[in-house]
Amino acid sequence: MEGRPPQKHLALIIARELATQLATAMFIADAQGRLVFYNEAAEEILGKTFAEAGTMAAEGWTSQFRLEELDGTPMSLERMPAGIALMEQRPAHGKLWMTGLDGQRRLLAVTAVPLFASETEVVGMIALFWQSTPDDP
Amino acid sequence: MRFGGNTPCVEVRTPNGGLLILDAGTGLRQLGEQLDTDCPVHLLVTHLHLDHVEGLRFFAPFWHPERELHIWGPPSPVHTLEERITRAFSPPLFPIEISDTPAKVTFHDVPREPWELEGVRIEAQTVSHPGPTLGYRISSNGTSMAYIPDHEPVLGIELADLEPEWISGHALAEDVDVLLHDCQFSEGEYPSRVGWGHSSVAHAVAFARRADARRLVMFHHDPNRSDDGVDVLVERAQELWGDSSEDAPVAASEGMTLELS
Repeated sequence: MEGRPPQKHLALIIARELATQLATAMFIADAQGRLVFYNEAAEEILGKTFAEAGTMAAEGWTSQFRLEELDGTPMSLERMPAGIALMEQRPAHGKLWMTGLDGQRRLLAVTAVPLFASETEVVGMIALFWQSTPDDP
Repeated sequence: MRFGGNTPCVEVRTPNGGLLILDAGTGLRQLGEQLDTDCPVHLLVTHLHLDHVEGLRFFAPFWHPERELHIWGPPSPVHTLEERITRAFSPPLFPIEISDTPAKVTFHDVPREPWELEGVRIEAQTVSHPGPTLGYRISSNGTSMAYIPDHEPVLGIELADLEPEWISGHALAEDVDVLLHDCQFSEGEYPSRVGWGHSSVAHAVAFARRADARRLVMFHHDPNRSDDGVDVLVERAQELWGDSSEDAPVAASEGMTLELS
């Protein structure tokens, strides 16, 4: 239908179904880096419901969720686990500071994985994340 | 027997006389014997569960050296369609290797973009069912049909709560004249079969309605269901459909013919 967003790849649809069943925070981006969904557990950490936040281009979510290195310097998309998963197409794990849409600054551990639908086709990325402490490995 | 009898296999004749066959279930054996044309055969397979490929080995054109067969279907994320089908055509499952069959067989991993076959437009997309599984949409001269025989459109989410682009298979079925769709379970049976990859009658109707399909043909009957049991599902589908027009849901049956114009 004209003007309607294109059909999502089945891997993203199933990822969203998985996310809705998890108590672990999960964030899903499409192949262009566009935020397409996060679950209720992520809403607690990101500070806003997905219904309120809506879909966002990569520039949108990387600026709205203020992300910093452990030393407090701003973290570029290329350094974020989610960015590495999308741009380098490999899994990545790391810790970072994030200031959510509720203004709270939290230390997070993030594991991001690219979604390969075939050997060469990445259709998106999922990132699982949880609150951490400086002492956690 | 009024319904069923064979596993999925649907013959499609295109306006230019071309032959497409949707799935290679047990009905394919009988179809192969009745074929009245020597034109190339295009077999469009949704997935490789046995009920959808069981007839392939007994399809007469496979055993004629002059026949041209094109088999279209889903690759897995790591194996081509040919590699995957070859397994079903080799010992111990079958005595003869596929490379030893006489017909001229070409395998095609379905393209990501729509393509033309025999003068009609084909679109294939992966849909929600265990293992790599496709649904097909066939369009020609302003008419269209969708074939999604094995499909569990939502898992753990209400269909009504999803935007169309998040509903598995929606783009295939949108605004089609006829939708052949999975309707294996009753609403009472479904809760104990979640994740099996099939729809309840409520799913089938809700999916068809969300896609604005004009007619629903209930497909993939449970092999244990009696004819009377299928009648009960049809009554329920018509009740859920909500109006008593001529286009109310019907159950697919052996030999059923639908003409789209």
